[in-house]
Amino acid sequence: MHDSGGDHVRPPVQDWQTDFDHQHPDYAAAAPTIWEQIRTSGCPVAHSERYGGTWLPTRHDDVATISKDYEHFSSQGVVVTEWRPDIPAPMGYAPPITSDPPFHQIARSILLKFFSPKAIDGWEPVARETCRRLIADIQDRIANGEDVIDCAQSYSQHIPVMIMADMLGLPREDGDLFRRFIHNIMEQGGGGEELPYEDTIDFYLDSHVAARRTNLGEDLISYLCQADIEGMALLDEHVRGTIALLIIAGIDTTWSAIGASIWHMAQHPDHRARWINEPDVRPFALEEFLRFYAPVTMARLLAKDIEFEGCPMKAGEWTLLPFPAANRDPAFFDRADEFVIDRARNRHAAFGLGIHRCIGSNLARMELRVAMEEWMQAFPEFELADPDAVTWSTGQVRGPRQLPMRFPA
Amino acid sequence: MKIKYDRSACQGHNRCYMLAPELFDTDDEGYAVLLVEGDVPADLEEKAQLAADNCPEFAIEIEE
Repeated sequence: MHDSGGDHVRPPVQDWQTDFDHQHPDYAAAAPTIWEQIRTSGCPVAHSERYGGTWLPTRHDDVATISKDYEHFSSQGVVVTEWRPDIPAPMGYAPPITSDPPFHQIARSILLKFFSPKAIDGWEPVARETCRRLIADIQDRIANGEDVIDCAQSYSQHIPVMIMADMLGLPREDGDLFRRFIHNIMEQGGGGEELPYEDTIDFYLDSHVAARRTNLGEDLISYLCQADIEGMALLDEHVRGTIALLIIAGIDTTWSAIGASIWHMAQHPDHRARWINEPDVRPFALEEFLRFYAPVTMARLLAKDIEFEGCPMKAGEWTLLPFPAANRDPAFFDRADEFVIDRARNRHAAFGLGIHRCIGSNLARMELRVAMEEWMQAFPEFELADPDAVTWSTGQVRGPRQLPMRFPA
Repeated sequence: MKIKYDRSACQGHNRCYMLAPELFDTDDEGYAVLLVEGDVPADLEEKAQLAADNCPEFAIEIEE
């Protein structure tokens, strides 16, 4: 997930079939082509010795099967790292995403009602106000003579941060801090050094949770402080891990989806026109953005040996779950490699499949919808200022991190 | 046309609720609740088909 201008240089990839590296900048730049090569190679599940052994399925069927087989594929680890997670799977570091059944469902149930479609409706005004304020700032800058604005930096990245901060009752101005935590956690797979506790998300959250326990409010942290499992309060580690999950999983994922959608629209005036003139197309366009530019690749840790599609997978190895690759499988989608703005049949897997379906999917969808509605209304015409200046994040969350845009006068 | 909904396959993606709110509601946890028993009203058949065609978990089937 580190930016392609990140701090670690990955060794060059010899062969994407046998030596792939999802954190290499070459992967970020050309992931759909690489998935296609692997899918059509005769061996659609690639392997790499990197990170202590990693598999990469590319067909929708294989991604779906692995997502649903939690006996062999544990969620104890969901971010591929050189090391192995040391907190056992029943809870894991960040429940419920790092939990396996039966604890998984218990931890998930605690959260579900906050993220149902009806609960998320209540956050739409905050999203809209945030987008309008960001757009007003951009319009001021344009009026003051700036002709190029980076809309990843000035727009898409801020929207999920504001809402998550409000939901958790944390200061909105800690957004930069959240992004640094995300960067640090996702970087460690590349061999980042361990940080002093005072610089970690654990320290930050431990401090906030301790303070909140003596001053409860209506926010999600207060709720978690009072939640229980069969009469027992949640462990401190559980509360902290769940909040960490919401911050880590809820921010640069949606940032990526919004950015990729704007990147697409910048290059497709025909799609901009359909969005503006045909409101009925928008719900389908939003799902097609999610299919075509699905930001998230999950991972699983092999709990037991299994022969999967002829591949000898060993306990302790990783497998990636590239939902964006599954979303481009021509065996599952008609015209899989084509962006069809009004695609009516779209069972995409952008939010995963099976019991770990992204718990924030309704929030992410609302944020993407509002961000695109407001953007397209304010800026019906825009174009990439320099296509070569666009950079994509590498690793398990893929989206534009630099997105300079030009606006006609 | 009838809708067959498999609650045990539903993971709460909410695609059906978004596409066909006349036919599907959601419960407090965000899982789908089928609102019609028996035949789907003729003017909602297209929406029923959309809901089925977009469920990532194949939890909805249409029976003619």
